[in-house]
Amino acid sequence: MTKPDSEWKWKELPEGTVMLEPGNADQYRTGDWKTLKPVLNKELCIHCGLCYIFCPDSSYNLDAEGYFIVNLFYCKGCGICAKECPTGAITMVVEEEEK
Amino acid sequence: MTEKLNVFAVRTLTQKEYFAPGHRACQGCAEALAVRLVAKALGRNVIIASATGCMEVVSSPIPFTAWRVPWFHVAFENAAAVASGIESGLKVLMRKGRLPRKKIVTIALAGDGGTADIGLQALSGALERGHDFIYICTDNEAYMNTGIQRSSSTPFGASTTTSPAGKVKMGQITWKKNMPAIAAAHNIPYVATACPSYPIDLVEKVKKAASIEGPAYLHILSVCPTGWRSAPELSIKLGRLAVETGIFPLYEVEHGKYHLSIDFPRLRPIKEYIRLQGRFRHLTEEMIGQIEERVRKEYAELKEKAAKGVAR
Amino acid sequence: MGKRVGMEVSIAAAEAVKQANVDVISAYPITPQTHVVEHLSELVANGELDAEFFCVESEHSALSVCVGSEATGARSFTCTSSQGLALMSEITYIASALRLPIVMIIANRALSAPISIWNDHSDVMSIRDCGWIQFFAENGQDVYDHVFIAYRLAEDRNVLLPAIINMDGFTLSHVIEPIEFIEQEKIDRFLPPYQPVHRLHPDRPVSMGGIALPPIFTETKKAHEVALQGSMPKILETWKAFGDMTGRYYQPVETYKAEDAETIMVIMGSFGETASAAVDLMREEGRSVGLAKIRLWRPFPFEAFKQATLHAKQLVVIDRAISIGGPGGPVASEVKAALYGEPIRPVVYNFVAGLGGRDVSPSDFIKMVDKAEIEIEEGNREGYEIYGVRE
Repeated sequence: MTKPDSEWKWKELPEGTVMLEPGNADQYRTGDWKTLKPVLNKELCIHCGLCYIFCPDSSYNLDAEGYFIVNLFYCKGCGICAKECPTGAITMVVEEEEK
Repeated sequence: MTEKLNVFAVRTLTQKEYFAPGHRACQGCAEALAVRLVAKALGRNVIIASATGCMEVVSSPIPFTAWRVPWFHVAFENAAAVASGIESGLKVLMRKGRLPRKKIVTIALAGDGGTADIGLQALSGALERGHDFIYICTDNEAYMNTGIQRSSSTPFGASTTTSPAGKVKMGQITWKKNMPAIAAAHNIPYVATACPSYPIDLVEKVKKAASIEGPAYLHILSVCPTGWRSAPELSIKLGRLAVETGIFPLYEVEHGKYHLSIDFPRLRPIKEYIRLQGRFRHLTEEMIGQIEERVRKEYAELKEKAAKGVAR
Repeated sequence: MGKRVGMEVSIAAAEAVKQANVDVISAYPITPQTHVVEHLSELVANGELDAEFFCVESEHSALSVCVGSEATGARSFTCTSSQGLALMSEITYIASALRLPIVMIIANRALSAPISIWNDHSDVMSIRDCGWIQFFAENGQDVYDHVFIAYRLAEDRNVLLPAIINMDGFTLSHVIEPIEFIEQEKIDRFLPPYQPVHRLHPDRPVSMGGIALPPIFTETKKAHEVALQGSMPKILETWKAFGDMTGRYYQPVETYKAEDAETIMVIMGSFGETASAAVDLMREEGRSVGLAKIRLWRPFPFEAFKQATLHAKQLVVIDRAISIGGPGGPVASEVKAALYGEPIRPVVYNFVAGLGGRDVSPSDFIKMVDKAEIEIEEGNREGYEIYGVRE
């Protein structure tokens, strides 16, 4: 786990402040930006994968049953998936405050 | 609709992501989507040189990087020069036996400001020198990273923070610079336009560019909800409308030969595209008509080039 | 003992770049740098040097190409002057902060306007704080030798910083001097191929050049500052190793008849040999005058400088650049800062001379020493003037 920028001491920085952990942005939660979250109605889903391919935040992953499931850790709630879903299987709903 | 424009072919694409989630692009950023698709198309044997801009900032706040492939940011205007250096370094080290020989694709990635304005000279130089690399311009039609200032890629009529719609001026008063034509004028092997609303087409063009020896130029229209004042969920639809209205035609120029990736017997009215964006809110019917006329004319010229199969 | 050959200094510099087995060369033509790059292109064209050679479309791109190639682990070289350096200045700061050991020769030339193709140091002074190691060469042999010294030092894993070799335009770059060449086997031992700590390669993906928010930006600058300050022992060590190989031992501050001198002239670059001649003439007249030549400009050799000059009554600092609206010349500012903490210190009198290629002869150095001694005796302890300017 990468520590936040405010915790680094100068001596710990690699030469040229090179970042050595490829893709470690995936430790960063962007999911708390959203006010709306997508909800999938599996009955309407045709497994086309448009939600997955059009997601700017790579939030959708294929599960074992063949559904593309949103990862709310990353989902910023833009609503593209719901808009582009050809069968209307995804709806955006207000996300309740998580305590 | 040709097979490669069929969005339902998405399941043929790799599940692997090389542009990791957790990047800090705005909600509904189609530029981030374009970059994600480009990275997906290229796979792991690639080195990417980014210009300063939105994608650089959102992907690299130290100590977090969204890049799962080697990535380099140096400055704003020099992505093409840095990529030239990367390509040359790899070439000479492999020739001298100091790196094992293998195909590594070199990419320069820049926005419209970094391409059509401040980076144009370095780009022209790199294309002329003939480096084996792909230059990718993700065009969101203004300096979005600094707060929506106009660039030479901003379309006529668009209101930005430095081309505001006022009492005497109606937003941007110049026409969008034709970057793909400028790139094609360098007689490079491959030039193409793409849009993430057509993901399979985009991925295939990236792969084709990677397979071609010598410089390739890809111009990707990237809808920016923040700068275009459009709803984030409309980013894909707007890209599609840009193509279907003829505002942003999808085409390739291979060794000088033009080819339309998708052709429409009838273009949709540009109003359908324009009315979804706050940046065009102030446009009068007359101005919309003026834009429509120009779009039609340019589209017809492009079709003519494609029909002739010649570049110039 | 290597071969001694009479050769134009720019050609010798290019030969050194060849002998250093550089991988990528990228440059844009500007007088008086041109002969270096022309000769390198010949060496590549004749197959005598196996390198990627690019004539790019600007100096900005010249250094940007080197930044890209160096990041893949390729030994990279560029060369420029004056306006060219000003244009690439943005990238100089980035190359050092990213810790890319590029070596650049600057054929020093005045900055416009008015445009002047002739020598002074205003070009490199404009990037004084760019975070590179910076040498000033006194003669052609220095330039040739420092190509090897600079690469070995820059690429040292405890240093990893780019280096500039300042070579006065025309007065050094275009003169023919005897150069003692070093045998290739010796150079290959002294300068093994570059092994980067981090490189751009898919086998081990790294991200270079990210954005630093306020909580971490200061830490990155501290790391850079410590790296440059901390390169001093490595610089001394590298000069020692080079001296052991060639018999030519370099020092951060070199002196000439300064040990017992009451008045010491302080200069950088090709002023050295002319000023030495002036010292000889003054010594013949029984005057107590010596010379201190600053060879290492960054990191500034504070200790060595004090050791060389603290015993003097007065220093006559002769700058080849002007800091308009500031305290005089940049060397004088540094010298004053170096001495400020000393309870007993020499008085510093500052001349700016030799701007835009104006010749400075031994008699000019004597006149400057004369003037400084008189002024100081009359109580002018903050003297600064542009030498030889017509009123």
